[in-house]
Amino acid sequence: MNANKKLGVFIASAIALAVLPFVVGSTLGNSWVRTIDFALLYVMLALGLNIVVGFAGLLDLGFIAFYAVGAYTFALLGSPHFDIHLPFYISIPLGALCAALFGLLLGTPVLKLKGDYLAIVTLGFGEIIRIFMNNLNAPINITNGPQGINLIDPIQIGGFSMGKTIDVAGFALNPVHMYYYLFLILTIGVVIMAYRLQYSRIGRAWVAMREDQIAASAMGLNIRNIKLLAFALGALSGGVAGGLFAAFQGFISPESFGLLESIMILAMVVLGGMGHIPGVILGAVVLTIAPEILRDVIGPLQMHTFGRMIVDPENARMLLFGLAMVIMMLTRPEGMWPSKRRKAEFEDAKKG
Amino acid sequence: MAEVLLKIEGIHKRFGGLHALNNVALHINKGEIYGLIGPNGAGKTTMFNVLTGLYTPDEGSFTFDGKDLFRAPPHIVVAGGIARTFQNIRLFHEMTALENVMVGRHIRSKAGALGAILRTKAAREEEAAIEAKAWELLKYVGIDDVAHERARNLSYGHQRRLEIARALATEPKLLALDEPAAGMNPKETEDLKALMEKVRNDGVTVLLIEHDVKLMMGLCDRIAVLDYGKKIAEGVPEVVRKDPKVIEAYLGAAHS
Amino acid sequence: MDIFLQQILNGLVLGSIYALIALGYTMVYGIMGLINFAHGEVVMFGAMVTITVISLLTSAGIVLPGPILVLIGLLVAIPACMLLGFTIERVAYRPLRNAPRLAPLITAIGLSIVLQQAAILIWGRNYIPFPPILDHDTIDVFGATITQLQVGIVVLCLALMVGLLIVVEKTKLGRAMRATSQNPAVAGLMGVNVNTIISATFVIGSALGAIAGVMVATNYDQAHYYMGFMIGLKAFTAAVLGGIGNLGGAVAGGILLGIIESLGAGYIGDLTGGFLGSHYQDIFAFMVLIAVLIFRPSGLLGEKMADRA
Ligand SMILES: Nc1ncnc2c1ncn2[C@@H]1O[C@H](COP(=O)(O)OP(=O)(O)OP(=O)(O)O)[C@@H](O)[C@H]1O
Ligand SMILES: [Mg+2]
Repeated sequence: MNANKKLGVFIASAIALAVLPFVVGSTLGNSWVRTIDFALLYVMLALGLNIVVGFAGLLDLGFIAFYAVGAYTFALLGSPHFDIHLPFYISIPLGALCAALFGLLLGTPVLKLKGDYLAIVTLGFGEIIRIFMNNLNAPINITNGPQGINLIDPIQIGGFSMGKTIDVAGFALNPVHMYYYLFLILTIGVVIMAYRLQYSRIGRAWVAMREDQIAASAMGLNIRNIKLLAFALGALSGGVAGGLFAAFQGFISPESFGLLESIMILAMVVLGGMGHIPGVILGAVVLTIAPEILRDVIGPLQMHTFGRMIVDPENARMLLFGLAMVIMMLTRPEGMWPSKRRKAEFEDAKKG
Repeated sequence: MAEVLLKIEGIHKRFGGLHALNNVALHINKGEIYGLIGPNGAGKTTMFNVLTGLYTPDEGSFTFDGKDLFRAPPHIVVAGGIARTFQNIRLFHEMTALENVMVGRHIRSKAGALGAILRTKAAREEEAAIEAKAWELLKYVGIDDVAHERARNLSYGHQRRLEIARALATEPKLLALDEPAAGMNPKETEDLKALMEKVRNDGVTVLLIEHDVKLMMGLCDRIAVLDYGKKIAEGVPEVVRKDPKVIEAYLGAAHS
Repeated sequence: MDIFLQQILNGLVLGSIYALIALGYTMVYGIMGLINFAHGEVVMFGAMVTITVISLLTSAGIVLPGPILVLIGLLVAIPACMLLGFTIERVAYRPLRNAPRLAPLITAIGLSIVLQQAAILIWGRNYIPFPPILDHDTIDVFGATITQLQVGIVVLCLALMVGLLIVVEKTKLGRAMRATSQNPAVAGLMGVNVNTIISATFVIGSALGAIAGVMVATNYDQAHYYMGFMIGLKAFTAAVLGGIGNLGGAVAGGILLGIIESLGAGYIGDLTGGFLGSHYQDIFAFMVLIAVLIFRPSGLLGEKMADRA
């Protein structure tokens, strides 16, 4: 591709991304814009997890915990619950920082664990965090327990709040539109961050460690530090996404941070193409949008063909998700859009 | 008297009931090529693993270039100036040859995550320097023509050389090579010998494990012989070769 | 009432169930070196199928003593779960035996989800009560109480574990299993059909899992499509605690974990000055898991493995 063509593609995609919420909103309705907003949040999350799983090769099944920490930090610092209302530019970085600290907290004890063991322990860590969120409402009410936290402040920039529809030159700018642009900017930030990390001294160290930890340490890599760095940076992105989620949703409860969410994000990374940024983005987008399409299709389709609901759509959706994971791993374990290097690894593994 | 670079005393390493290293002492002088030989299972590789921090010895002492490295973790050992290769080549297989060597530069560079994310000037310059140095080392060992090949796809001889380049990238004072000539044809072995001499002439001390006795006799300044975890002889090649204990160890091993 | 003794008894009951499930994890791990993530779902199916069979029988007006009904239920559930275990291995693990480690883990998680959703399809999302056919008569033990049913659970668990040990130590199948776990390639050369052995391992583990599932359901008087997750995780912890791959270790680990958990739940309030209550019971298993993996990754009875460089 020559430079002109590249510039053309760049401008075209920039325009497409800029008008996307309006096109989608006016054709499919604003609930779809909301879905796209969520897709962006999931891209951020999946890219964060990709640092841990894809780059550093550390299997993490409790990633949602960092999302939760970011979300709860934001919620507690900006809601009537404690009646604290810090501005987002303080509470989001604080949430990210807290999440990163939790990343280190998780990372330190599990430094020596490999593969499946690491997966189980991180899963346990995620559950512990959730159990605490569920129960820290007594004797001191910190998290408000299973009821969660309500009326969380929307993002406010200067005098204007992203929680209400505003009028710009005759255009009705909905919260879903405004959050779209905010998320888009931050997602682009996370994408750039991920790319730059990947092609850096640190990124190289992660790959080396993933491929052969013993050789890597014999080359002078401080395995402990580069592992912890991966955990912390992954958690950081999770924390940012969590804060944004809390603001966007206005309400959070432990239910949003269960194991299934962790599995979902891991599936985005793995089915997309572990370690490959475009693949992971694709995975996140597909796994956010596809269930929504299914939701719109499964119910009506059953009504149409059988005249009644046979399988509850939520049930069918999850069933398909589980099946997709199995079938995908059996037929295309390297993911939908793997990197060349990863593809080669899988081919070599197949040859044995 | 030559200056001692590496000084190991009274090293013991046990694996359960197996006494893999039994009271071993080694003194390696600056600038020499020092050979370590012995029958299979004598403990040579174990010695390397202890030297490079991969195994923690049970007892003993270990100083290198004036620093105490006893039980130091691998990255400290590498920072201190010891680099190694592996008997069963351990490259980063899916990385290119160039990237493999660049990983070797890790310890001699310092750009962190923040520098990488912000692409600071310092980080960019350092990255360029890493790459330049890696090219230089690939040329040095004579495999720059395959710089962009994945390590897995390189020929055996090239992989051995790449491992040496990667180790040299850490700027070692002591380069420890575990059977670098294993599986090489005579021509490749001859080239490898020349490379090791070049390395030594450029000021790096070489510690070498090899089974090829002819190569060792022609190359090494001094040789130590391990058998069943014990050092049974040490000295200049001609003397060691005639040592009855050494002959016994090899013959015994051959006959059992 | 003596809380300490009571919690020990509760822990013993819980622990022997964990042990039974842990055997399934540990056998598979011993032979294939992987965590069978879907094992918890086999346990859940065992409970669900048994309850269904019992309900069908009772609603058909058949009057039989409770234990006989449970036995009939088990006679259906055990083969069903054996088949399920066999299928899981064939579908999710066998094709991926040479793939990178992550792949079978992901298929297993996917399969877990599929099985849970299938359970929702069949049995719905709600808790299913265990039919009230079993006596809950209690026995007094030095001021603490235990039900006859619980005594039965413990005794049956012990009997099954002893039976399994005999199979593994004394039979031809057991020898082949041990050979395969030490070195599949060599076992294959010696004429052991490795595929058959692996299938047998899954099938036996699933049978034990099915029985354990029924025990869980009788002990808590209910079953649920999601019950396999937590119980599976704890049983896995038990296997790690005892030393994964080691049968005796799984038993010891299971019982120990059960006791730690119930003592923990009994005393956590006192220990934290009332700050944390007994709903934190579930975190003990994770704490134990993390602690074991840090301080003694080979478990209580496992052999220490040196990392070869
Ligand atoms: N991690 C380990 N655990 C248990 N035993 C080990 C370990 N590493 C090495 N050994 C044993 O220590 C002894 C010495 O092995 P080592 O690899 O050092 O021999 P070597 O001299 O390098 O032999 P070779 O010439 O075959 O490479 C052998 O008996 C070996 O089996
Ligand atoms: Mg050796």
